[in-house]
Amino acid sequence: MIGKIGGRMAMLLVLAVHLVPFYMLINLSFKPSEDNSSKWQPARSLYTDNFVNAWNNAHIGRALYTNIVVTFCSIALVVLIGALAAYPLDRHRTRWNQFIYGLCVSCLIVPALTILVPLYKFIVDIGGINHYWATILIQVTFSLPLSIFLLTGFMGTVPKELDEAGYIDGCNRFAIFFRIILPLLKPIVATIVIVIGVQIWNDYQFSVFFLQKPGVQTIPVALSMFISQFHSNVNWVAAGCLMGMLPLTVLYLFLQKYFIKGMADGAVKG
Amino acid sequence: MPSQQPSPVRPAGAAVKPGYIRTFFRSSSALNLMYVPALFLFGIFIVYPLIKGVQISFTEWDGYSQHHTWVGLKKYTQMFHDKKIGTTVRNTLIYGIGSTLFQNLLGLAYALFLDRKIKGKGLMRTIVYLPVIISPLIMGYIFYFFFQYDGGALNDIWTLLQLEPIDWLANGRRAVWIITLVNTYQYMGVAMIIYLGGLQSVPKEYYEAAQIDGARWWAQFRNVTWPLLAPAITVNIVLNIIGGLKLFDVIVAMTNGGPGYASQSLSTMMYNLYFARQDAGYAAALGNLMFAIICVISLSMLFLLRRKEVRI
Repeated sequence: MIGKIGGRMAMLLVLAVHLVPFYMLINLSFKPSEDNSSKWQPARSLYTDNFVNAWNNAHIGRALYTNIVVTFCSIALVVLIGALAAYPLDRHRTRWNQFIYGLCVSCLIVPALTILVPLYKFIVDIGGINHYWATILIQVTFSLPLSIFLLTGFMGTVPKELDEAGYIDGCNRFAIFFRIILPLLKPIVATIVIVIGVQIWNDYQFSVFFLQKPGVQTIPVALSMFISQFHSNVNWVAAGCLMGMLPLTVLYLFLQKYFIKGMADGAVKG
Repeated sequence: MPSQQPSPVRPAGAAVKPGYIRTFFRSSSALNLMYVPALFLFGIFIVYPLIKGVQISFTEWDGYSQHHTWVGLKKYTQMFHDKKIGTTVRNTLIYGIGSTLFQNLLGLAYALFLDRKIKGKGLMRTIVYLPVIISPLIMGYIFYFFFQYDGGALNDIWTLLQLEPIDWLANGRRAVWIITLVNTYQYMGVAMIIYLGGLQSVPKEYYEAAQIDGARWWAQFRNVTWPLLAPAITVNIVLNIIGGLKLFDVIVAMTNGGPGYASQSLSTMMYNLYFARQDAGYAAALGNLMFAIICVISLSMLFLLRRKEVRI
């Protein structure tokens, strides 16, 4: 009995500790700038001007659009190119292809930031700075190893008899892939969309270099610009941060089962 | 015009070609075409920059002009004499190893706590995991409110306890540990979920057998749970170490490497060298150093831990 109550108390305490940052953020974003009371003290009324100001000064609407475009295109390409590559790597296991597979997976440990200097120069040379396509291609490249790894592993569990049945019915190998195999990959594609989607949506380290110009900035970059300009106005900053994290948070709260399972699967198998 | 007339050889060639193409596409090697797009991307965005990075690190270059001067190993010798490098490497290792330690200890503790039939389990999992999906940059800003000197939330408590307010982030050493803790807070949910999965995969019969043999909680944990958690531990350690060594966003948001360069990591230092100080050669050399450190640490970790795993 005491153990049970103790456990309950411990849990409440831990929950409180974990919720403090969120409490502070929400609380601050509803206080007017003139209110100098402690950050712990609840807001007296719901003051919403912070949101309007942050939205206008950080250009969150535009950043949201950029984020959606970059994330959506990157995910579509990662899944398509990854699935294309995984098919021969699983179904046609020659020694050469196993070498290629090893090569793809070893790209997993290349930390993107370490090759920043040459990569940035290369993107400047091909004229990709401040263009969506360059950032998208880079995001795709650095997400592909994980995607290929997960897809190849999953394809191993799709029975080869399906390919043979398709072959007998007169499909060529590419039609087998597009008509039979691709639709069966849904579960692992869901995992990839979640893991890589969260990563790209929140990405700062690439976006800050390759999408610098106002107008093509993603949410994290737009927020960082906004905050370096208005850092003295804590309440605006809080409102901006809250709006910046809201889309994924809402999605997470509704689909948390899939998020937690997908991210854990992605990590464990990776 | 005669030049646009089909040449007499063409029809024969056209008759042969589709047949040839068809046989090629029927053969299983044609499938290898399917990984060409992926290899192309790896080639131009990973392999080429890796090689180019080595080349740049041997030059004196400001990062944008066409003017490169070959300076040989100068940037690397400069690195060994740079006083900031010692601090920066030490900070990077603290970010990497410190976060790994905290995340695993806390993650395992939470997982053990939640691996029972208790109310509110789902709620707790949701909340502990929530920071994982929030941008680390935003997380850094939120915690900045907490630790800032003027009106910071922590200092409010300090004043309440009649203590002198402290400028938490003004001391480099302390800032490094605070950033490590913020990173831990953000990503311990991942460790927790992976450990929970590991715990749930341990067959219940093992515990029953251990109970019959008279094993207490600690003996059960030590002899049953711990060895069978090994795969989960491997995953967590490798994941957290790589994440910690690459830490960038949180540092930018909380201290931007300051005060001075006291909380800088290799990644923020590289950023500053390239974009603020325009020493691209040095930045590239630093990138190569960081690449070597991360590869050596993560591969040796993987190798060491894999050997210790117990298979069920």
